[in-house]
Amino acid sequence: MFDKGKVLGGIFIFLLCASLPFLFVPAKQKDMPELKLPEKEKACIEERLFMREKHMRLLSLLRDEKVRHGERFYKSRDGRVFEVDLSGTCMRCHERKEEFCDRCHGYMGVKPDCFFCHNYRRTGT
Amino acid sequence: MRRREFLRLAVSSILVLVSPVRVLAGRQKAWAMAIDVEKCIANKGCNDCVEACHETHNVPSMPEKRHEIKWIWLQGIEEVLGAQKREDFKEKEVPVMCNHCDNPPCVKVCPTKATWRREDGVVMMDYHRCIGCRYCMAACPYGARSFNFLDPEPYIKNLNMGFPRRTKGVVEKCNFCEERLAKDLLPICVLACKEKALLFGDVNDPESEIGRLLRKKMALSRKGHLGTRPRVFYVF
Repeated sequence: MFDKGKVLGGIFIFLLCASLPFLFVPAKQKDMPELKLPEKEKACIEERLFMREKHMRLLSLLRDEKVRHGERFYKSRDGRVFEVDLSGTCMRCHERKEEFCDRCHGYMGVKPDCFFCHNYRRTGT
Repeated sequence: MRRREFLRLAVSSILVLVSPVRVLAGRQKAWAMAIDVEKCIANKGCNDCVEACHETHNVPSMPEKRHEIKWIWLQGIEEVLGAQKREDFKEKEVPVMCNHCDNPPCVKVCPTKATWRREDGVVMMDYHRCIGCRYCMAACPYGARSFNFLDPEPYIKNLNMGFPRRTKGVVEKCNFCEERLAKDLLPICVLACKEKALLFGDVNDPESEIGRLLRKKMALSRKGHLGTRPRVFYVF
C-alpha cells in the first residue's frame, strides 16, 4: 500500500472528527427552555410526551380533517372530546404563545407559520 | 348461468344494496342564497351586510384600491345583472359575493386543490394550501376573489379572535359562513340585513323558505351563459 501512514492518519482524523459530537455529550442541556404550563388545566389533549414529540403531526392531521373533511371534533385516546380550533382550544390553555410555543420553537430554530393567520393573545393585552 | 342473467342479477343486487344506503344517508344539503332586489335597494346607502361580514372574518380595509380585499361588496345592478331597462334600478346597488357555483371554474384551475367544492355546494378555500398563483382569480368571472399583496394584519380594524386572519400571498373569498353553518347558524350577512333582503337555506329541501321563494318569483343568477351555475340568486 502506498502512503500507508497518510491514509491511516487521514482515516483516524476523520473518525475522530465524526465522533466528536458523541464524545462530548453534555450531561444535561443547560439552556433547555422552560415552558410555562397552564395553571388551570392538568392534562393536554394527549399525553405530555406524545404532545412534545408529535404535536406538529397531530395539529396538521386535525387541521386537514377539519378543513378538508369537516371533522370539527377530536376524541382523545382517553375519550375526552375537544373542538378542533387552534385559537379557541389550544391557545385557551396555552394563553401566552411567547411563554409556551415560542420557547421550544426558538430553541430548536423552527419557524412554524401557524400564527401568521391564527390569532393569539398579544403581550400586554 | 348465462351472461345476460348474470348481468341482470348483478345490476339488480347493486341497486338493492345501494338504495337503503342512500335513504339512510339522507338528502344532501344544497346551500343557496337569494337576494331580494326590491327589498335591498329600498334602503339606499346601507352597507350593513358588508360591514358585518368583513368585521366577522377579519377582512382588512386596505388604503389603496389595488390592494383591496373583499368578500362581499356593493355593485350597480346594471353591472351585476346585465342591462336593466327599469328606471328605478338606475344607480342602485346590490351585494355581490362569491357565487359558490355548482360548476366552479376556480376549482378547476387550482393547481394545489386549495379550493374545492364541498358536497353541500360551498366552494371552500384551504389557506394552508394556497400558493398564491392567482389562477383562480383569473378564472373567476365574477371577480369574487382577492389577493393579499400585503400582510393584512395592520389593516384589520377590530380583530375578531374567533376567526383566523389571512397572510400575505394567499387568495381569499367569501366562504358562505361555513364556520357558522357548522354550528347551525345563518351567514352573518343574512343576519345583519335589517330589510331581510337576504335569504339563505337549503334548496334541496322543498319546504325551505328559499326553495319556495325561488319557485314563486323570478330569480336571476349572474352571467348564466357561462354555465357556472351560481348558487346566489337575485329575485324580483
